[in-house]
Amino acid sequence: MLQRIRERISPTDVVMWIIGGGLMFLVVWGSIATLMKGTYSGRHWIDFIIFGLAQGSVYALIATGYTMVYGVLRMINFAHGEVFMSGPYTAYFVAAWFYRSGFLDAQPIPSLIAIFIVAMTVSTTIAFVLERVAYRPLRGAPRLIPLITAIGASFFLQYIFRGLYGSGFQAYPDIKILEGHWIIAGIRILKFQAVVIVAAVLLMFALYSFVMRTRIGKAIRSVSEDKEASALMGIDVDKMISMTFVIGGAAAGAAGVLYAIMFKQVHFFMGFIPGIKAFTAAVLGGIGNIPGAMLGGIFLGLVESVGPSLFLDGLGIVAPYQLKDAIAFTMLVMVLIFRPTGILGERLAIKKA
Amino acid sequence: MNHDQSPWRHAVNIGLIGALTAVMLALIGMVETFNKRDIIYKFIAMGHTLLLFSAVFLSYLAAKKASRQQVGVAIGAAVLTGVMTAGGAALLVVIGKLINLRLVFINASPVLYQILTLYYGPKLGLPLLLLSGALCGLFAGWLYVAPALVRKTLLTALGSVAIAGVLQDMLRPVIAIWGPLAQINRFLFAANGLTVNGALGMFVLIAVIAYLWGRKGGNIKARVAGLPAGQQRSLKLGAWLVLVFVLLILPKILGLFLSEVLTIVGLYVLLGLGLNIVVGYAGLLDLGYVAFFAVGSYVVAILTSPELGFFNLGFWSALPFVIAAGILSGVLLGVPVLKMRGDYLAIATLGFGEIIRILVLSDWLRPWVGGAQGIGKIPNISMAGYTFSTPQQIYYFILAGCLLVGFISWRLRDSRLGRAWMAVREDEDVAQAMGINLVATKLMAFATGAGFSALSGAIFASKIGSVYPHSFNVMISINIICLIIVGGMGSIPGVIVGSLALVGLPELLREFAEYRLLVYGAALVAMMLLKPEGLWPDVKRRRELHVAEEAAETVPAGS
Repeated sequence: MLQRIRERISPTDVVMWIIGGGLMFLVVWGSIATLMKGTYSGRHWIDFIIFGLAQGSVYALIATGYTMVYGVLRMINFAHGEVFMSGPYTAYFVAAWFYRSGFLDAQPIPSLIAIFIVAMTVSTTIAFVLERVAYRPLRGAPRLIPLITAIGASFFLQYIFRGLYGSGFQAYPDIKILEGHWIIAGIRILKFQAVVIVAAVLLMFALYSFVMRTRIGKAIRSVSEDKEASALMGIDVDKMISMTFVIGGAAAGAAGVLYAIMFKQVHFFMGFIPGIKAFTAAVLGGIGNIPGAMLGGIFLGLVESVGPSLFLDGLGIVAPYQLKDAIAFTMLVMVLIFRPTGILGERLAIKKA
Repeated sequence: MNHDQSPWRHAVNIGLIGALTAVMLALIGMVETFNKRDIIYKFIAMGHTLLLFSAVFLSYLAAKKASRQQVGVAIGAAVLTGVMTAGGAALLVVIGKLINLRLVFINASPVLYQILTLYYGPKLGLPLLLLSGALCGLFAGWLYVAPALVRKTLLTALGSVAIAGVLQDMLRPVIAIWGPLAQINRFLFAANGLTVNGALGMFVLIAVIAYLWGRKGGNIKARVAGLPAGQQRSLKLGAWLVLVFVLLILPKILGLFLSEVLTIVGLYVLLGLGLNIVVGYAGLLDLGYVAFFAVGSYVVAILTSPELGFFNLGFWSALPFVIAAGILSGVLLGVPVLKMRGDYLAIATLGFGEIIRILVLSDWLRPWVGGAQGIGKIPNISMAGYTFSTPQQIYYFILAGCLLVGFISWRLRDSRLGRAWMAVREDEDVAQAMGINLVATKLMAFATGAGFSALSGAIFASKIGSVYPHSFNVMISINIICLIIVGGMGSIPGVIVGSLALVGLPELLREFAEYRLLVYGAALVAMMLLKPEGLWPDVKRRRELHVAEEAAETVPAGS
C-alpha cells in the first residue's frame, strides 16, 4: 500500500504541495494577524463584501460567456474581454447623448434600458462576427491555432475601437437615481452596487433558464456534450455554436454596462483585465459549467475585495490593495495546478484531451 | 463553405467586405495619418495607396472565383468589387456631410472627407472616387487574366516602387553615405516621396529585371541545383561569408538611427530565439515570457546599479548570476505548470508574468527593486577598457549574442533533446510512451528559453541604463509570440524575418506606430487562417502541415 502511494507521488508533486501549503499557511496566518490587529471594523468588512459581491457578479456574467464557448468549442475565447468592452464603449455615446439632452435625468429607467440594449446589441454582433470570421474556418485545427487567433483578434478589436473612439478614458455620466444609499436590515448599501448585484443576478437567472429550459438551450447543451451525435440528431451544430457566441456576447455586453456603472469610465483596454479575471472565475467554477462560472465569479470578486486587507495586511505588507490583481492571478494559477477541473467541473476531467 | 456560389454573388460579398474595410480604414484614422507621407511626391500619398491596395487586392480575390478563361466574368466581378469598395468610402463621405459623425468617431474629420474625395470636393470627388474604384477593379481583373509572367513582373515592379516610397526615410540616408552614388538621391527622392521620374525609372528598371529573372531564373536555379555537392557547399559557404561580412559592416553603412533600430530588432531576435525553443520546439505556449526578460534586467540592475548600492558589480561579473537567475526562474515557474497543456498553460504563464510585474510595481518590494520609479544608473557594458555605449557599438555586442544563441538553438534542434522537444510538441502521451522523460524535457525547454531571455534582458538594461516595471508588460510577450508565429514556429530564420517585419518595420514607419498592435492582431488572425506555417517555416513543419491539408482534402466534406 505505502509502496504504491510512494510510486504515484513524484518529486514535483511534493514541491507543489509544499508551495500550496505554504501559501495556505500565509493566508491563514495573515488573516488571523489582521483580525487580531483590528484595523478594520465590522462596517469596513461589510463594505468590502458588498463591493466584492457587485464586482463578482459582473465577473460572473462575463465568465458565463467563456464557459459556454469552452463548452461547445473546447477553446478559450481570449477575445471575450473585447466583446465585453465593445458594448459599453459604444453605449457610452448613447449615454452621453441622453445626458446632454437631459433625457437621462428625466427618464432614467427608459434611458438605462436603451443603454443596455445598445451595449448588448453591439457586443452580440461583435461576438457573432468574431466567430464567423475568425473561429469558424479553424474547426478541427490543432488546439494552439484557435487560441493564437483569439489573441490576435483580441488585439485587433482593442485597437479598432481605439482608432474609432479614441484612446482616452471616457467618463460615464452620473445617473442621479443611482446616487446615495439604502439601508437594508441595518446595513448601508450604495444604491449603484445594489442595482448592479440585482441586475446581474436577474440576468444570470434569465441566462440559466434560457440554457436549461428552451429548445435552443437544450441544443447548445447537447452540442457541448457531443458534436457528432448532436449533428446526427438533426441539430445544426454551426448554428448552435453561433448561438452560444450570441448569448455569451449579450451577457458580456450587459456585464459591461454594469461595470461602467460601477467604475464610471470606459476605455479601449478595459476588457483585458476583467476578461482574464472572468476566465479565472470560469476555471474556478469548472470550465464548461454555467452555475460553476457564476459561483466562481462571485467568489473571485469577494476574494479580490476582501483578500488584500484580510490576508496581506496582517503580514505587514505595505499598500496591500496594489496587490489585488496578484491575488486573483495567484488564485488562478493555484486552481489550475491543484484542481484544474474547478469547484463544480467534475465531468470534464475525463475528456480533458 | 459555399462552393456553388456564382462569381457575381461572391463579388457582391467581397464588395461588402471591401466597403466595410474602406470605411474602417478611414474611420480608425489610418488613411488620414498615412496620407501625410507621399509615395510619389505631389502625385499619390500613402493613405490613398493603402485604399488602392485594398481595392485591388479584394477585386483580385473576387476575380479569382471565375476561371481564367471567363475573361468577361472575371473582369466584371473585379470591377463590381472595386466599385463597391469605393462606394463604401463614398457613402461615408455622404453620411459624414449630412450628420456630424465626429461626436462618436474621432477621426471623421473634414480632412478625411477631403482625402476621400481626392481633394476635389464632393461634387466632382465622389464620381472620381467611384471611377477610381472601378479602375482598380479593372486593373485587378486584367491582372488575373493576364499571363503569369506579366503579372509577376508588374506586381514586383509596383511593389518595389511602393516599398521604396514607404521606406524613403530609411533609404535616403543609406544612399547618401555612398559618396558618388549620392546623386541617385536627387533623381529618386523629392522633399516627401519619390519624384515622378524616379518612380518611373525605378519601375522600368525593376520590371526589366523581374521579367528577365522570370524567364531565366528557373534555369539559373536548376543550374545551381545541378552542380556537384562539393561546389554547392562552397557556394553556400560563400553566401554565409558574404552575409557575415554584411552584418559586420552594417552599422557603418546605416548610420545612428538605423543602428538603433537594428539593436532593438536584435534584442527581439534574442528573445524570439529563446521563446522559439519553448513554443516552437517544445510546443509550450508561454504567454508570461516577459517575466524572464524582467528577471534578467532586474538582476543586472540590482547587481550593478550604484543607485541601490547593494553590490556594484560590473556587467561581466553580474552576467553569470543573471543567466543563473534566469534558468532558476525558468525552472521555478516551469515546475507548477508541468502538467498543464495548451490553453491552460498559456493562461497560467500569463498569470505568472502579471504576478511578477505587479509585485515589482508594488510599494511592498520597493526598497529592493525600486517600485514604479525603477532602477537607474546601470553602467554600460565594457570589455577590456572598451565601452559599448552608442547603438553602433552595442550592435556588435547584440550581434555576437544573437549568433551565439542562434548557434546554440540550431545545434539543439537536431540533438537528442531537440528531438525530444518536438516529440513532446507533437504528442505528449506518445512521447512519454516512447520513454521521454516529460518532466526533464519540459523543464529544459523552460530553462533554456528563460536563460536566453534573461541574457536579452541584461543587455537591454545595460543598453538603456535603467529598468522600469512598465517595460515588462504582457504586450512584450505577445509581440514575441507574434513574431515567432509570423516568421514560422520552430524556425530560426523565421524568428529573424519575424523580428524584422514586426519590430523593425514599425520603428521605421512613424505613422505606423499607432496602428502597430492593430496590424499585429490582424496579422496573427490572417496568418492562422491563411498560412499557419509562417513566412519562413521550418522545413519539417511545412511538410507536416501540407500532409494535413492533403489528408483533409481526401476526407469527404460532410461535417
